[in-house]
Amino acid sequence: MLFCLVRLATMPASTSRPATAVIRSEDNSLTVVLSGEWRIIKERPDWAQLSKSTAPTDLRFELAELAHWDTSLVLFVAAAAEWCRDHNVACDLENLPKALQRLVAHFDDKTRHPVPKERPHNFLETVGQAALEIYQKSLQYARFVGECTISIVYLARNPSKFRWRDTLAEMQRCGAMALPITGLIAFLVGVILAYSGAVILRQFGGDIWVADLVGVTMTREMAAMMTAIVVAGRTGAAFAAEIGNMRANEEVDALTTLGIRPIEFLVVPRLVALGVMMPLLALYANALGVVGGMAIAWGLLDIPPAAFWVEMLTIVDLSDLMTGMIKATTFGAIIGFAGCLRGLQANRSASGVGEAATSAVVTSILLIIVSDAIFAVLFNILGW
Amino acid sequence: MNKSSSLPAIKATDLACGYDGVAIMEHLDFVVQPGEIFFIIGGSGCGKSTLLRHLIGLNPAIAGDIEVFGESFVRATTDRRRQLLQTFGVLYQGSALWSSLTLEENIMLPLEEYTDLSKKERCQVACLKLAQVGLSGFADYYPSEISGGMKKRAGLARALALDPSIVFFDEPSAGLDPITSRELDELIQQVSSEQGTTCVIVSHELASIFSIGNRVILLEKKARTIIAEGPPKELAINSDDPRVREFLHRGDIAPTA
Repeated sequence: MLFCLVRLATMPASTSRPATAVIRSEDNSLTVVLSGEWRIIKERPDWAQLSKSTAPTDLRFELAELAHWDTSLVLFVAAAAEWCRDHNVACDLENLPKALQRLVAHFDDKTRHPVPKERPHNFLETVGQAALEIYQKSLQYARFVGECTISIVYLARNPSKFRWRDTLAEMQRCGAMALPITGLIAFLVGVILAYSGAVILRQFGGDIWVADLVGVTMTREMAAMMTAIVVAGRTGAAFAAEIGNMRANEEVDALTTLGIRPIEFLVVPRLVALGVMMPLLALYANALGVVGGMAIAWGLLDIPPAAFWVEMLTIVDLSDLMTGMIKATTFGAIIGFAGCLRGLQANRSASGVGEAATSAVVTSILLIIVSDAIFAVLFNILGW
Repeated sequence: MNKSSSLPAIKATDLACGYDGVAIMEHLDFVVQPGEIFFIIGGSGCGKSTLLRHLIGLNPAIAGDIEVFGESFVRATTDRRRQLLQTFGVLYQGSALWSSLTLEENIMLPLEEYTDLSKKERCQVACLKLAQVGLSGFADYYPSEISGGMKKRAGLARALALDPSIVFFDEPSAGLDPITSRELDELIQQVSSEQGTTCVIVSHELASIFSIGNRVILLEKKARTIIAEGPPKELAINSDDPRVREFLHRGDIAPTA
């Protein structure tokens, strides 16, 4: 398989001269005189230019102080040889270094075939494989959910095996460190709600109902939803990238061969951390959203915060807060599941990790919206 | 470049290397002659790979100088250093093939960057380089579709894309089986002997060092510098230094007379 490589420095030269090829024509035969330093990163003569307006019957090469040659000369001679074939000219490479001749011969080798790959080229085959992949993916989801359940039950029975330290670290990363961004977004959502509500409510003289609007929307919907979207982008992507990278580094395999379920070690602590921190983050978002609404009500509509608070409490009760918390916990679990699953499914490559992170965010947000719709119907039926 | 044999390929003078201004190795003086296979050896964590990173310009030298064919690499301007880098080829430990490109595209990228070859010519050169390392026919494969040994060879093909004067190898035999590792050694030897390329290899693979190494320098962690220099076989037999004997005899220190 291994081809002989060639000696590139044929002759030491005292000065660096550019690569040159001079054509000498005698009768019907053409002589190409090669000299100078032929380097692929430097300029070199072009055979197409040289061969213009020549019509010899035979061609040969001559060397004159060829100081250095590399692939660039191989390219030049190969181009000349090809031109000779196309124009029915006899080409004599005899004067060239043997190694160069070998490389040129190899260049012209048309018998080289690509090693076939097992990649589908057929449309039907591609569709079939895609369908099978969907089936495989669904199986993977089911298995993942099953394994998570088994691990959670097992850990609930053996709490000493639970990775408390990892869980606390994760809680800090996905909870405490997300406070500034979640707070800012919730405050602004409160501001936006109050603003858009105020414009309409003012026309009916119902300014004070801004408090109800902000209170109900924040507690029941927006706090949980906005927190979930921030956390999906921040933490879901981080989970997928982290676990994906661990998979690429065979860390996940190392756990498996030790008999430790990767789900127990990697997934459950993250799920628990998110499950605990999400409702807390949503509660915090609730508070800041209401503060945002209050600020606008006070500044724009001259409603004092005390009046806002009292009006809000006439409509918002604990059940509203509870529905928000139930949603937040569910969203947290969804983000944890999607992030960890995508991480564990990631291809073992740099691009695989990137795809896993993207796919974790997309999956999380999709499932969050879908489950929110289901909750809306469910709470309506239950009358919560 | 390798036009004049009188100039050393690499000459390090009182070189100190390390990270963030903190030197791990100091007072490194060595010369690599053109066309030789030069090994940088030493125990794990002694700074071999750090030294290599300095030689290929990834880390700035803390003190001292590195000359490449008589020209200072450390004091060169950014543009000149870029030009000098074109005469280097590097085979990284994990091959470092770009995973989103096929093998052919991996080899074509340096050609695209530094030469004015047409697309067809670049493809031809890529195929030629792949054939030279015994991978002809694998041009359309992605790095994830080939084995570790093949990745190393593809990495070497990429390192040879611009026909460099010096090729650096970071632990070429790491993670390879003895047969594949030997094949790679043979390939390195071919590159060196037939192409006249200087090879600088960081390794602690004794079999490779003894079979293809012309000269070695041995780095030591505690001494923080070079403790021995010379042809590997001679060092193994003649050195009085127990540290050198220990390293080259895998910890069996033969009793010296």
